[in-house]
Amino acid sequence: MTATTIAIPAERGAARSEWLTLFRRLARRRTALFGLVVVALVFAAALGAPWLSPWDPIEQDITNRLKPPGSPDPSGRVHVLGTDHLGRDLLARVIFGARPALLVGVAAVAISGVIGMLVGLVSGYFGGRTDDVLMRLADIQLAFPFILLAIAVIGVLGPSLPVIIVVIGVSSWVVYARVVRGAVLSLREREFVQAAQALGSRDGRILLRHILPNAFTPWLVVATLDMARVIVIESALSFLGLGVQPPTPTWGGMLADGRVYISTAWWLATFPGLAILVTVLGINLFGDGLRDTLDPRLKV
Amino acid sequence: MKTYVTRRLLQSLLVLFGVSFVVFFILHLTGDPALVLLPPDASAEDVQRFRQVMGFNDPFVVQYGRFLSGALRGDFGQSVRHGESAFTLVVERMPATFELAGAALVVALVLAIPAGIVSAVRRNTMLDYISTVVALLGQSMPTFWLGIMLILVFSVQFNLLPSSGRGGLGHLILPAITLGLFTTARITRLTRSGMLEVLSQDYIRTARAKGVGDPPVVWKHALKNAAIPIVTIVGIELGTLLGGSVITETIFAWPGVGRLSVQAIYNRDYPVVQAAVFLLSSTFVLVNLAVDVLYTYLDPRIRLR
Repeated sequence: MTATTIAIPAERGAARSEWLTLFRRLARRRTALFGLVVVALVFAAALGAPWLSPWDPIEQDITNRLKPPGSPDPSGRVHVLGTDHLGRDLLARVIFGARPALLVGVAAVAISGVIGMLVGLVSGYFGGRTDDVLMRLADIQLAFPFILLAIAVIGVLGPSLPVIIVVIGVSSWVVYARVVRGAVLSLREREFVQAAQALGSRDGRILLRHILPNAFTPWLVVATLDMARVIVIESALSFLGLGVQPPTPTWGGMLADGRVYISTAWWLATFPGLAILVTVLGINLFGDGLRDTLDPRLKV
Repeated sequence: MKTYVTRRLLQSLLVLFGVSFVVFFILHLTGDPALVLLPPDASAEDVQRFRQVMGFNDPFVVQYGRFLSGALRGDFGQSVRHGESAFTLVVERMPATFELAGAALVVALVLAIPAGIVSAVRRNTMLDYISTVVALLGQSMPTFWLGIMLILVFSVQFNLLPSSGRGGLGHLILPAITLGLFTTARITRLTRSGMLEVLSQDYIRTARAKGVGDPPVVWKHALKNAAIPIVTIVGIELGTLLGGSVITETIFAWPGVGRLSVQAIYNRDYPVVQAAVFLLSSTFVLVNLAVDVLYTYLDPRIRLR
C-alpha cells in the first residue's frame, strides 16, 4: 500500500517531464513550431473575436456594399478586407468565422476520438468475434462517400450546430479505432500487460491503466490531423448551405456568398478560403511534426 | 488464393448489406419518414394516407425487408421531384461522375508519382522542397476554394477555360484538377516516403554495387516495390474522389451524381438521395474488392493471410 502512495507522485513527475521533453523535441522542428503558432493564433482569434474584431460581423450597411479591401467608410474607419454584398465588414466575419470552425473541429474530434478509442481498445484486446464484428462495422462506415452521407443525414435532421457536430463525430471514428487497435495488438503481448493479467487484474483495469496510456500517443497524432479534415468538412457543409446557418458567419458560407460575386468582388471568396487554408495548414504542420516526434512509423 | 478471394467476396457482401441498412435508416432518423418526405404544410389526413400507402405503419423489419428487396432489383421508388425512377435518374448521371473521378485520378497519378519519385531521389534539394510544399498546400486547401480560385483566374480573368457544364476536354480540365488535387498531394507524399524506404534497402545497394545504372535502379528495382502501397491507396482514394464529386460537381455545374444528390437533398427528394448513396457506396466496395484481388498478383504474400 505504502508503495503505491509513493509511486503515484513519482509517476506524475515523470509524466510531466516526459511531456516537457516532448515539447522541447517538437519545438526543435521549425515547421511544427510554426504550425503550433498558427493554430494558437487562430484559437486566440476565435476566443477574442469580440475584442479583436474592428466591426460587428453581422451589422449590415447597404450603402457600403461590395467595397474593395482598404476602403474607408464615410466616418473614415477602414474596412481592411473590404465589405460583402450586404455591406458587412469582411475582416470581422473572417475573425468570427473561426468560432464555428474550431468549435465543430474540437467537439467532433472529441466524439469520434472517444468512440474510436473505445472500439480500438475492445477490438484489439479481446480479438476474435468482437474484433470481427467491430472491424466489419468499420468497413461499412468507410464504404460511404463521407460528405454525401453527412449532407443526407443533415438534410433529414435539419442543419444546426449540435447536429453537425454529432454527424461528423459519429461517422469519423474508424481511423482512431484502427490506429488504437494496432497499438493494442502489440501492447497485449508485452510483459507488463501479461504481468497484470497474471496478478489477476480485471480486463477493464488493464485496458484503462496499462494499455490506454500507451496507446494514447498514436491516438493524439490521429486526433490532431483529423481536426484539419473536420474543419474542411465543416466549411464544405456551410458552403453547401447545410452548416451552421446565417447570420452566424462561417468561412464556408462566406465562400458560397462570394462565389456569386466572383467576377466583380474577388475578395469575397478569396479571404475566407485563405483563412481555411492557413488554419488547416497550421494544424497539418503541427500534426506532422507531432507524428514525426512521437511515432515516426505511424502511417496516417 | 481461392479462399482469400472467397473471403473478401463474402466480406464485401456483408458490407453492402450494412450499407443498405444505413441507407434505409436515413429516412427513419427522425422517427417519422412521412414527415421527412411530405412538404411541411401537408394536412394530418394526407400524412395518414401517405403512411398507409408507403407502408410506414408496418413493422420496422418488414419495411427494411421491402427496401432491401427493392434495392436488389434497382427499385428505390419514384423521384418526388422528377416523377421518374430514382434508380434510373442516378444511373444516368453515373457516367459523368466516373468521367470526372477518372480524370481526377489520372491528373493525380500523372503529377504525383513523378513528383514523389524525384522528391525521394533528389532528397533535400530545391526540387524536393518545392514538391513537398506544394503537396502540403494541396492537402490543406479546401476543394471548393480551389475550384472558385481556378474559375476566378482561368475563366473570369483570362477567359481560357469554361467554368461550368460538361462537354469537351476543355470542360474537364478545371473540375479534374480541383477534384484531383487532394489525391495528388496524398499520393505524392506516399510515393516519396515509400521510395525513400525502398531506396535504403539492401537489395538496392546490391543492385548499385553490381553496377546497375541510376535510372534502372529507380524505375525497375525501387518503384516496383514502392508501388504496392500506391495501388492500395488508389482504391481508397476513389472513395475520396466519389465523395468529393459532391462539392466539385456543385461548383462547376457538372451533371453527375454528386450535383444530383445535393439538389435532391435541397428538394427533400429522398428516394434519389438513397439511390445515390447506395450506388456510390456499392461502387466503392466493388472497386476495393477488385483492387484487393488484383493485389494478390502484385504481392503473393497476401494470399497466405
